[in-house]
Amino acid sequence: MSESILKVENLNAWFGPVQALKNIDLEFSPQSVTALIGPSGCGKSTFVRCLNRLHEEVPGASAQGKVILQGKNIYDVSVDPVLIRRKIGMVFQKPNPFPSLSVMENVVAGLKLAGIRRKSILMEVTERSLKQAALWDEVKDKLNQPGTSLSGGQQQRLCIARALAVEPPILLMDEPTSALDPISTAKIEELVVQLKKNITVIIVTHNMQQAARISDKTAFFLLGELVEFGQTSNVFTVPREKRTEQYITGKFG
Amino acid sequence: MKRSLDKGLGEVKAQLIQMAGYLEEGVKYSTLAWKNRSREMIDKVNQIEAKVNQAHMDVDAACFKLLATQQPLASDLRFLLSVVKINTDLERMADQAVNIANNTEFYLKHPPYPDLADLIKMSEIVRELVKSAIDSFINSDASLAKKVLDDDDQVDQLKDRVFKNALESIKMKTTDVEQGLNVILIARNLERIGDHATNIAEDVIFSISGKDIRHSHTRDKGGPNEK
Repeated sequence: MSESILKVENLNAWFGPVQALKNIDLEFSPQSVTALIGPSGCGKSTFVRCLNRLHEEVPGASAQGKVILQGKNIYDVSVDPVLIRRKIGMVFQKPNPFPSLSVMENVVAGLKLAGIRRKSILMEVTERSLKQAALWDEVKDKLNQPGTSLSGGQQQRLCIARALAVEPPILLMDEPTSALDPISTAKIEELVVQLKKNITVIIVTHNMQQAARISDKTAFFLLGELVEFGQTSNVFTVPREKRTEQYITGKFG
Repeated sequence: MKRSLDKGLGEVKAQLIQMAGYLEEGVKYSTLAWKNRSREMIDKVNQIEAKVNQAHMDVDAACFKLLATQQPLASDLRFLLSVVKINTDLERMADQAVNIANNTEFYLKHPPYPDLADLIKMSEIVRELVKSAIDSFINSDASLAKKVLDDDDQVDQLKDRVFKNALESIKMKTTDVEQGLNVILIARNLERIGDHATNIAEDVIFSISGKDIRHSHTRDKGGPNEK
């Protein structure tokens, strides 16, 4: 196995007194897609939000343990969470382009926040990111139109382009296609497979077939615990754990 | 929790069990045909083959529909894949039974073969293998499936003996050449039925455990797919 790009050690998370994650250990390989599956409330979204320190933004929420990115624990007191979020991008369930910004302004919003203003760079990044997000051909003549004027599927790919613009080595996706039609879903899935040539993708999904189609490895969460983690082809055909079997065959959840 | 898939899987299983029932009858009649020198049994084998062929298509269609509409995973997926493969094996076994019936047509044109003891013993073991393979599927019984794999060796040994003795009888002129060949062909078709029974046993083990044990145990056979 190649050396992990992200390593989670004994991660625990709480919402106030309620423990949402229990002693999670998990490693992610570079240039791979990992799917996180499990019933609602199992902790998978909390888990991804711990990976870029978004979890702690929720009032009363806390986390303990280590998340080691390229050798450094992102929970060290010296680490700036904003910088972490630039390295570990995130795409959410519902497309959320900045409503008052154009397509291009949406893509380069992160760069501008980092102080990059040069137009040629911004244009170059816009084109590269939109191409990476498989959206360039559809919006190259609409770069100055509002991001919200695009279709739902296009808006989601715009959000992916926005996340990619700052060149994160890791992209977190929290049910990125749950609000999309099958065509848009297929485009995002194809995009994820393409993206892993360069980056590591960690995707939360309720769609078992989607996890089976696009991921290399699958982690099954239940009641805040990591029940099983393995090659996707094994998890969906011969799961090791009875609880995994019961969940993916729809016997509970 | 009762799933909509359960109903479909249950129906497919019931269809396959019914088909297996036809097949068991077909193998029995094909044996009785030469053993009792009965033309009536030959007709029954052909009637049964028609039922098996229809069931073959019905089971495939039902599996196809379930795969397309329910997208089963894990044990459900393994079960359905096994059903598809067992379905094909049962259909091929019915073809072998028809082959035996056809061999018997020629067999009946000649005087009885001098010593049928090994062929009768072989047919009894094959029928037992078929029954056990089907029972292992019905009851999801991996140890019974494993026993089918082990017992198939006896069939191969008996087939070799029938072949050897038939050739000997032809040489010694205690039977005519055609009758000797008829016995050899019946033995060969019986052996193929046994091979298909072992295929079913392998599929049952895969369905239960996810382990693909095909080609991992030594079997000397000419290929069960050959008609």
